[in-house]
Amino acid sequence: MKSLLTRWLPLLCFATGVLQAQPQVPVKLPAFAEGQYVHTPPSPDTLASDTTLHPQLRKLIERGRDLFLNTQQLRGKNVFNDMNCQSCHLGEGGLNWSGPVWPAATTLPDFRGKNQRVNTLEDRISDCFIYSMNGTPPLAGSEDMLALTAYHQWLAKGAAMYNSKIGGRGYGHLGTEMPRQTSYANGQQLFGEHCALCHGDNGQGRREAGVVIFPAVWGDGSWNWGAGMSRVPALASFIQNNMPLGQPGSLTAQQAWDLALFVNSQERPQDPRYTGDAAATRELYKDFHNLTMYGLTVNGKVLGQHDNTGAKPFLRPPGLQLRPAP
Amino acid sequence: MKIAVSGLLFLLVAGLSGGALAQANLSEGQRLVMQGDGQGGAPCQACHGADGAGIAASGFPALYNLQAGYMVKQMQDYRAGKRSSLVMAPAVAKLNRQQLEAVATYYAAQKPAPAPLPPLATESQVRGSKLATAGDWQAWIVPCEACHGPGNRGVGSDFPALAGQHPAYLKQQLLAWRDGSRANDPDQLMLAIAARLTPQQIDAVVEYLARLPAKGAQ
Repeated sequence: MKSLLTRWLPLLCFATGVLQAQPQVPVKLPAFAEGQYVHTPPSPDTLASDTTLHPQLRKLIERGRDLFLNTQQLRGKNVFNDMNCQSCHLGEGGLNWSGPVWPAATTLPDFRGKNQRVNTLEDRISDCFIYSMNGTPPLAGSEDMLALTAYHQWLAKGAAMYNSKIGGRGYGHLGTEMPRQTSYANGQQLFGEHCALCHGDNGQGRREAGVVIFPAVWGDGSWNWGAGMSRVPALASFIQNNMPLGQPGSLTAQQAWDLALFVNSQERPQDPRYTGDAAATRELYKDFHNLTMYGLTVNGKVLGQHDNTGAKPFLRPPGLQLRPAP
Repeated sequence: MKIAVSGLLFLLVAGLSGGALAQANLSEGQRLVMQGDGQGGAPCQACHGADGAGIAASGFPALYNLQAGYMVKQMQDYRAGKRSSLVMAPAVAKLNRQQLEAVATYYAAQKPAPAPLPPLATESQVRGSKLATAGDWQAWIVPCEACHGPGNRGVGSDFPALAGQHPAYLKQQLLAWRDGSRANDPDQLMLAIAARLTPQQIDAVVEYLARLPAKGAQ
């Protein structure tokens, strides 16, 4: 009797085009939904030769790109962890399914649920500094903020204004409902097999000659408890479409959920909105934290019930908008 | 008996100071590099040179610019059949772990002064530099630097230095990843990228990387 595999293999090969001269790692990304438009930002090579830009503006955009790729140059001033903008926004912020940043330039100002007010592009970038970089934002109107906004806007060149039907935006293709069978233990094992080489056995990432090469995914060097990436569904979607590096879609959706649950059940710097009680902070910001593990008990400890702000010597940066306790 | 011997070894090793230990390792490494394993294995210097400069025209890689840990891992992979080479497999087959480390430590400490390569044509320079430092993300070609570190001088023991490596060797390896004849990369990290490169991109990037200043170069 033929095994199932031998019986089906020729058909499978035919169907998937496996019969190739050389092995390849496919790029498997979700399909864009109907009615969405897809934007590809200009290639960075075109920036230096774009004569339609005033030289001063071009210099500013180049500065913005440099800050985006090497945000660690603001370490100790605006950034207090090991993250760069491009740690979460791969492809210099222009890659679909990797939280492309240009939509912030085409859809803002707009109301934002996270802070319950209308946000500008500067506000949105500021939030990345407050949460994902565990820091304090460059001031609106400062050279650094201007450079970053100019870079965002340049990436949006040719995209539609105030059209939010954007293909590949954000980190959301897996939805927000974590499957019931999602397993911390499986996530732990998968992390050891596929992630620890670059992100470290303790999630601490990797440096070479003092330079951050691979970002920390938990602990003091990582995003804080208020960052969008601490939401399990966001991390799961990011992982499936972007990790391991260069291999979108190589992990199954369930593997991505398991990994996201494991990683986001580890400790990280305090949410700057912390009231002194993680469970109460979770309740106050439950429209956000209902997707995180913050304030929940994992391995016998309440996640986020601590005063650790990582390398940042304060909890709240100036200008942070807080909700009044009920 | 075995316990007694390893106990003695431990005492011996513990008795040596760190510096003396490193020195002993270096001279043992040098002996192996110059003479081979003494059991018929080719001496390393035959292809890699006593100074680890390799032989550019033959595609024998330079070793002085590589991290010792990476060299040990590769030699272990040759021994275990995870990386194949008709030359390397027998050359390292009879070396034990300490000997592999001694060879790697010796080579990582060398500082040859290779002749500089002629400058690249502008077009290849631009194309190679783009791939090495910025990549082509829309085609999911990650920049070399993302894993091989700033200046492509390597990261830890896992991501080898590419800077200053012979272009013929780099090209041969990229082609080996592509056709599957080399597959000792974790999670197919290198296959994924190599298979997406065009022949022109491969030529440009290897020539660019070969001209980057190597770690330890004079």
